[in-house]
Amino acid sequence: MPIFLERRQLVTPGDLIAEGEYIAGENTYMENNKIYASRVGIVEYETKTLDVVALKSFYIPRMEDIVIGTITEVGFSGWTLDINSPYPALLRASDVLSRPFRPQKDDLPPVLDVGDLVVAKIVSYDRTHDPQLTVAEPGLGKITRGQILKVTPTKIPRVIGRKGSMISMIKQETGCNIILGVNGVVLITGKTLEDEQLAMMAILKIEEESHTSGLTDRITKMLKEAKSGKEEKKNE
Amino acid sequence: MATVITRVKQKQITQLIDKGKRLDGRGLTDYREIKIEQGIIEKAEGSAKVLLGKTEVVVGVKIEAGEPFSDTPNEGVLTVNAELVPLASPGFEPGPPDENSIELARIVDRGIRESKALDTEKLCLEPGKKVFVVFVDVYVLNHDGNLIDASALAAMAALLNTKMGKYEYKDGEVKMKPGYEPLPIKKHPITVTCVKIGDKLVVDPWLEEEQVMDARISMAIDDDDNICAIQKGGSGYFEPKQVFEAAKLAKEKSREMRKKLNW
Amino acid sequence: MNDKPEKLIDKKGLRLDGRKPDELRPVKLQVGVLSNADGSAYIEHGKNKILAGVYGPREVHPKHLALPDRTVVKCRYHMAPFSVQERKSPAPSRREIELSKVIRESLEPAIFMEYYPRTMIDIFVEVLQADGGTRCAAITAAALALADSGIPMRDLVVACAAGKVDDTIVLDLMDTEDKVGSADVPVALMPNLNAVTLLQMDGTLSTDEFESAVNLALEGCKQIYALQKEALRTKYVSIKEENKEEAEE
Repeated sequence: MPIFLERRQLVTPGDLIAEGEYIAGENTYMENNKIYASRVGIVEYETKTLDVVALKSFYIPRMEDIVIGTITEVGFSGWTLDINSPYPALLRASDVLSRPFRPQKDDLPPVLDVGDLVVAKIVSYDRTHDPQLTVAEPGLGKITRGQILKVTPTKIPRVIGRKGSMISMIKQETGCNIILGVNGVVLITGKTLEDEQLAMMAILKIEEESHTSGLTDRITKMLKEAKSGKEEKKNE
Repeated sequence: MATVITRVKQKQITQLIDKGKRLDGRGLTDYREIKIEQGIIEKAEGSAKVLLGKTEVVVGVKIEAGEPFSDTPNEGVLTVNAELVPLASPGFEPGPPDENSIELARIVDRGIRESKALDTEKLCLEPGKKVFVVFVDVYVLNHDGNLIDASALAAMAALLNTKMGKYEYKDGEVKMKPGYEPLPIKKHPITVTCVKIGDKLVVDPWLEEEQVMDARISMAIDDDDNICAIQKGGSGYFEPKQVFEAAKLAKEKSREMRKKLNW
Repeated sequence: MNDKPEKLIDKKGLRLDGRKPDELRPVKLQVGVLSNADGSAYIEHGKNKILAGVYGPREVHPKHLALPDRTVVKCRYHMAPFSVQERKSPAPSRREIELSKVIRESLEPAIFMEYYPRTMIDIFVEVLQADGGTRCAAITAAALALADSGIPMRDLVVACAAGKVDDTIVLDLMDTEDKVGSADVPVALMPNLNAVTLLQMDGTLSTDEFESAVNLALEGCKQIYALQKEALRTKYVSIKEENKEEAEE
């Protein structure tokens, strides 16, 4: 029984990918022994599992994911965050304070207020309730400086690159520290505003052109040209 | 919110239908018992009550003089409104007409209008200035499924029951004369609704069948077996061949009903 | 006021706008035209100009409307006051409310409602100019907007109408044909699943004529479906082409 399409072919929802003994992977569904695409994307397969790498999607929380979120509400015993998902996330005061929360004594806004950025981990989530976060681990907590960027979550793996090659290259060329939230939110902290903006440009270009080939070379070229342009300006 | 149907009941209904049977013992293409009473509201120019199984709908017809629409200056006006009054179902809330009552009114309207059941040209008093406006108000009193067919039947029965006063039109004024005459009715459209459950088509769904259905399709058929109006409803779909099967069923059942009602 | 034309089909068998009975009006589709909406699309179908935008899945407001096991789909079909010959009041008319419902019911079968419980998907359709067949064009554009937003779908939904004019079954009625003709049958289809998700009719047709009209409309749907897929591809293919050129320089 056949696969009807080649790898890296662009499909739209409802396109028939294969029929027969295959497994419906990401962004596909099976009906009557046929596998169809459910999102616009590129067909990929190794052996029996057929996937569609979606060109656009949104983030649905998963346990253990590291995400970057924005505080949107200060509640009674915790905070509500926008984690770039259809579902708002909750962070309990007791988690942040690392001790039981005392409503009469503890005031929440001085700790985290509306508009603050937080790197957190998803500790609990299922279909019946909103995701819960924790910041009680190293590397997690309030973000005090840097630039925030949103990309469609499916592109994060492309920004990382094979074995981290793309992201290491960007970090090197721009001298920035970059945290990639699985939810598509990216935090860039660099020495200068220009360095941070250069890194942003590179990541946005990857998002737009993720489905093309030769991307790593083009991004490297772009970054090197921008840097040498800066050098020339400095020497004038 | 409407009461939730249990999964056990859902399964029961779908399994039976798959075997060609229904919970109340009917065949897949049988209507429930229909009772029609006309002239129950004396203050209305025409009225009718329909009991389709336990679904109960009352329609009142009122006639007033008014202005014609600019693109049909020689024709009277037909206007249909429907109300799903709160006492008819736990799921109906008081307030202005929602999308369900608006859809119901427009489906009933289309059946009457497109079949040209009412000869609106005979309702003109002075072309471009004064015509008779026929208000058909559909009042759903109890919802036990298939409001569309019950409402369409009641509307038609009410129109047939309507007595218009005889009139004289002089100097821009409508003067009533003694005596009555019926509305000028040319056709008797009948609407037949089927729902799709599993891969079967079921005629005249009752409430719980509607809660289990994939989709529904209503077709208004006139005296000459022509289709005048169709409305698919529900979040599911039909295959093209099921659409044509529904048309066949609608023709069959409307013929049966027209004979029974002597319309 | 426009006079009613005597004949809608002339001696050569051509319609008022020069089309043959089975010919579609020109269709132009663009995807991703709005920067704020999660997904968007614009359609020009004949003289119809319609914009569709999708927001979601997102939190349900008001909260009590949320469903525990699936998403809630809301749809608003609205016509701009300047979209028709005689200015239309901006307040939603009964027709717009009914169309909002049937359009929503034509798109819901394509959406995997169970995937995102306790969320809401908002579909907004604005008719900027109307010339017959707006509900069909609206569905075609809204389906593209849904696909553009990244919401998983079983298939695209495409819609087209057929009808009867001067005793001939014709495809894709324009405004005059709709008003003066003897029947109008709008149909929406999920082509890969052969699923009819919208079907309405007003007018008078024998059962045979009805069957011809539906089959003709389905043919029209399939033609427009190819254009929908092309519009989705174009958004991404053009970027691919640009880079190929750069690389070859």
